[in-house]
Amino acid sequence: MSKMINLTINNMPVSVEEGTTILEAAKKLSISIPTLCYHEDLCVAGNCRVCVVELVGMRTLQASCAVPARDNMQILTNSMKVRQARRHIIELLLSEHNADCTKCYKNGNCELQELSNEYRIGNRLFADLVTEKNYTIDQSSPSIMKDDSKCIRCQRCVRTCSELQAVSALAVSGKGNHMKISSFYDHPMHEVVCTNCGQCINRCPTGALIERNYIDEVWEAIYNPNKHVVVQTAPAVRVALGEELGYDPGERVTGKMVAALRRLGFDSVLDTDFTADLTIMEEGTELLTRLKKALVDGDTSVSLPMFTSCSPGWIKFIEHMFPELLPNLSTCKSPQQMFGTLAKTYYAQRKNIDPKDMVSISIMPCTAKKFESVRPEMRDSGFQDVDYVLTTRELAIMIKQAGINFMQLEDDKYDRFMGDSSGAAVIFGATGGVMEAALRTAYELVTGREVPFANLNITPVRGMEGVKEASIKIENVKADWSFLEGAELKVAIAHGLTNAKKLMTAIRDGKASYHFVEVMACPGGCLGGGGQPIPTSPEIRKKRTEAIYAEDEGLPIRKSHENPEVAAIYADFLSEPLGHKSHELLHTHYKARKRY
Amino acid sequence: MSNSEILVKELADKYGRNRESLMPILQDVIEVRRYVTDEVLVSVAKELDLSAAEVFGTASFYSFIDTKEVGKYVIRLCKTIVCDMKGKDAIIGALESTLRIKVGQTTPDKKFTLFTTNCLGWCHKGPAMLINDEVYTELTPGKAIEIIENYMHK
Repeated sequence: MSKMINLTINNMPVSVEEGTTILEAAKKLSISIPTLCYHEDLCVAGNCRVCVVELVGMRTLQASCAVPARDNMQILTNSMKVRQARRHIIELLLSEHNADCTKCYKNGNCELQELSNEYRIGNRLFADLVTEKNYTIDQSSPSIMKDDSKCIRCQRCVRTCSELQAVSALAVSGKGNHMKISSFYDHPMHEVVCTNCGQCINRCPTGALIERNYIDEVWEAIYNPNKHVVVQTAPAVRVALGEELGYDPGERVTGKMVAALRRLGFDSVLDTDFTADLTIMEEGTELLTRLKKALVDGDTSVSLPMFTSCSPGWIKFIEHMFPELLPNLSTCKSPQQMFGTLAKTYYAQRKNIDPKDMVSISIMPCTAKKFESVRPEMRDSGFQDVDYVLTTRELAIMIKQAGINFMQLEDDKYDRFMGDSSGAAVIFGATGGVMEAALRTAYELVTGREVPFANLNITPVRGMEGVKEASIKIENVKADWSFLEGAELKVAIAHGLTNAKKLMTAIRDGKASYHFVEVMACPGGCLGGGGQPIPTSPEIRKKRTEAIYAEDEGLPIRKSHENPEVAAIYADFLSEPLGHKSHELLHTHYKARKRY
Repeated sequence: MSNSEILVKELADKYGRNRESLMPILQDVIEVRRYVTDEVLVSVAKELDLSAAEVFGTASFYSFIDTKEVGKYVIRLCKTIVCDMKGKDAIIGALESTLRIKVGQTTPDKKFTLFTTNCLGWCHKGPAMLINDEVYTELTPGKAIEIIENYMHK
């Protein structure tokens, strides 16, 4: 056990482990100290100073997020000196901040606004510098908007992009009063290495980084009587939406979400999980085909390991950072895009609707999906396959706008026909989920038996470790798959692009060998996505993860290949996995992009 | 390989490819080129396996690393309080009218760029200015014009 430190905070004694900061020690006594630059997921910066406290005997105030507790410290978190300093710090931040709060997208969910409210900042002591600052707003990206007039230079975004994502599309430039957060040479966000993952948005304490929202466009589509509007919902949305609408983290609100979507006026409420199951069929078959080509046919041109391709942040990352590994990427489109193209082909034909009269909306935990939907590769239906992508947060806004009392709603069910799904599809929302879903199906396809894990729960691929490895021995295979007899299928899983970078570097340099690799751009997988409710913390990610696996266990069908609608679409429309029609509609290729 | 790539590669060979090598490389680029461009910074980022935004961020922090094109002679007139009190504004006026540019601009012949800068440490002999690495002190408008005229004929 590590050494314990004894100190007092506001004259109350507290004992904490060595290395604990004053801020964390105060939490133990239920004392809140305001913070802005501090974030649980990131390294300490100590630059906003709003968390200052008085250390008795010390002339200057100390940033409680950065100073470790020491024996016999006497800390005051609420002395006159502290209150005054904090007040001035907030006022100084506001003097350079475009505080037009009522017209701000983050109105009501802004840490600076909350603090200003808490301290009842009124008439300003300091001059308003906003008009002299020549701030710029960057709206070039289809995913992310950057408004420097709202930025308080806390650098959470910079640390996020560097520490969690290993991208560093944003950095600090200039100095003194010219210091700002900027991309390379301040180029538009759309032109730099940004993966659109939105993790910076999720951590921005103000409205400086927000998603490009398409709420008005979606309302317009709903109100247009000539448009048939379909909506799909990603697996991770159902375990997080509740947080925006009155529930504690970890509440599953699938039924209520479906009911709310119906009340909003969508013509058909469908589930991305259906195409997640379809992805497993296509991707699983693709993996087995690649293995067969490599092992039986001795085809050396086959790229192994194969990488999953569901996460659009990851796709753009590999395009920029590891273009030489692009052939390893599964050719499967993401479930969102498979859904989009099938909505305007399969669904449209069955329902007798002209696809040009359709508007296809998706609700995603993700901001990179907005970029993905406008990719030129994603028009195989003859139209833009997915018209608008809303984040979990945007859906919550619409539900509030519509005056729906979410917590009072009766649970409803998805429409039939592209609305059915398995538990395997639900777990796509958690890191390791795609791998687990694929193994459940592939193993059974090859051996005729269920995966050898209690209750189908492949626990080695679950959890929050940055890079996970697992292997599964394949024995007593069916005749068709005799080449796999006795083989050990080696898999790896990474979440967060920093972990992805580590894994890719090892693979590229030949230091690690696998057959199948799952990568999700966001920490924890989609449930920790850039489009999820703010805040997202390690604790909240854990709760959402538990909810995802509970949702899986609660479903009658747990394996993608047992989804009856998946069987139906192959019988009626696609004929077979990796067949001609699948290739045309469900698969694609990506291109290398400049790294800088 | 472009000239910038060759230059940066040579410098990376000389100083190494660790993050600590970033500053010496940038300083040497400035020595040769007077300013850095996006092309040079991308080459540095590639050589050192850093993000381009980080390299730009570092370069933009330093007053003596210009991230935009500058003229052959860069004039940096001290704007800090002592030089200000000793008549820096009159010197700016003289320089601007002689060079026919404003502070922050470069002459069309790319010979002069005029900047103001923070304290040069010559407070006791202000107003002071630098032209490239040469320092000029106790300036008067007449003296400043004379110095510039000498450079014009260089």
